Amino acid sequence: MATEHSRAAARIMISPAVILLLLWMIVPLGMTLYFSFLRFNLLMPGMEEWTGFENYRYFLSDPAFSTALINTLLLVGGVLLITVIGGTLLALLLDQDFFGQGVVRILTIAPFFVMPTVSALVFKNMFMNPVNGLFAHIAGVFGMEPIDWLSQIPLLSITLMVSWTWLPFATLILLTALQSLDREQIEASEMDGAGPFSRFFYIIVPHLSRAGTVVILIETIFLLSVFAEILVTTNGGPGNASTNLTYLVYAESLLRFDVGTGAAGGVVAIILANIVAIFLMRMIGKNLDA
Amino acid sequence: MARKVKKSRKLFVTALAWIIALTLFFPVLWTVLTSFKTEAEAVASPPSFLFFDWTLENYAAVQERSDYGRHFMNSVVISVGSTMLGLIIAVPAAWAMAFVPGKRTKDVLMWMLSTKMLPPVGVLIPIYLIFRDIGLLDTRIGLVIVLMLINLPIIVWMLYTYFKEIPGEILEAARMDGASLRNEIIYVLTPMAVPGIASTLLLNIILAWNEAFWTLNLTAAKAAPLTAFIASYSSPEGLFYAKLSAASTMAIAPIMVMGWFSQKQLVRGLTFGAVK
Repeated sequence: MATEHSRAAARIMISPAVILLLLWMIVPLGMTLYFSFLRFNLLMPGMEEWTGFENYRYFLSDPAFSTALINTLLLVGGVLLITVIGGTLLALLLDQDFFGQGVVRILTIAPFFVMPTVSALVFKNMFMNPVNGLFAHIAGVFGMEPIDWLSQIPLLSITLMVSWTWLPFATLILLTALQSLDREQIEASEMDGAGPFSRFFYIIVPHLSRAGTVVILIETIFLLSVFAEILVTTNGGPGNASTNLTYLVYAESLLRFDVGTGAAGGVVAIILANIVAIFLMRMIGKNLDA
Repeated sequence: MARKVKKSRKLFVTALAWIIALTLFFPVLWTVLTSFKTEAEAVASPPSFLFFDWTLENYAAVQERSDYGRHFMNSVVISVGSTMLGLIIAVPAAWAMAFVPGKRTKDVLMWMLSTKMLPPVGVLIPIYLIFRDIGLLDTRIGLVIVLMLINLPIIVWMLYTYFKEIPGEILEAARMDGASLRNEIIYVLTPMAVPGIASTLLLNIILAWNEAFWTLNLTAAKAAPLTAFIASYSSPEGLFYAKLSAASTMAIAPIMVMGWFSQKQLVRGLTFGAVK
């Protein structure tokens, strides 16, 4: 039983973490909120004035916003779809008995450790480049016109790039979950005459749902703020074709120096992320016994 | 019950698994191979695979172009520093929550995780301005602080998960046997906590090493770690495939090796023990 004394000690032990995170939340958040109501340009210091909701009106009515919002959702959704489905299939494959499991596992997980700026540059120059890229060579071998990936289909290219990073992660988590599946249950269902599909949907999928929830939660946190891949490859372009919310706010505030509009965009990004978060936290709250 | 797997089926699965694994790994392999080619060979058509004159000149050139060693040290200082600082703050917190849980412990944990939901871009401007005004822009210490804060919720959660698995009965047993608090901590608790702390350390170094949003936006020349250094290769005058590959290889090699060693902990750590 915890005594009064140990409770007081526990509170003291927790406080530094709680205070720091509170500060981390409140100070910048408060400032962002405050800036979002100011006309505030870094190139014109001392000219700040209160403008009410002007920045929000400007940011939300900018056609770049709706494009960025749709791009953000397409990017997150696309990568989740590819990695969760691909990861499940790959985990099922790697769970089988075959030669060289250890090495295959190591090769498969490797992309997850490649820093985003490296993967972006490698894909941009050595694979997706329409002249020297490997994809162009392959297209040439088959007598096809090479695609200029990053200017013709920029968002899809970035989605594929980011998926390459996260597919190993999803695979690893789902594979680990799969390996804890009770083999006898599978065998029993086989004897009862369950085919591979009903086995998959009635035993394996429910078993994986917990791991899947965690994969979706973690990936969403990171995918909502994909940045380096866009900065390094397309700079959000051509036009706004590959601009997501993170990149748009960055461009407003640090490229156009319009802190007010950038801050309004930041607040919008926070609101949207929290709408997503509420659903996810419910899911994980149910799935985790804290 | 050992299931008999038909040999042909096993061969088929082996082939398929290897093909997919090699495809996924290929960009890494290709980058490493290209780093040993001359620039002419790196863009040769058709591309040469293994049969070319291997050279180390790109590695020397990367160091010459810009001080690779300094960027490497920045990465080390920032990732290790932010992780250590995070651990110092998180270990007591996670410890208290795991062993002296109160009514609101679960809420506190959920709230901490929810701060991860704050998109970095939503707080970029204030942090940028604060750092500019107090002179932390483009400094290692500034990045150590930011990366510590953004990873703190994950560190607390991971440690909490590990500590939670230390059975409380062992502590009570030790106490019954007359162990003093000091001995209890040194001989009973620490040996059981160290593996969890080590995994947390490893994983957070990996996360901090690869973090790019803050490093790209808060550093310029002095404190830029490898993530920002590599990004500087995106400018047109830096477009040399072989040198880019050499720099990339040097940037990812240490962390990839570390990652391979910590696969198992990665799963437990990043899923907060929900997947075993």
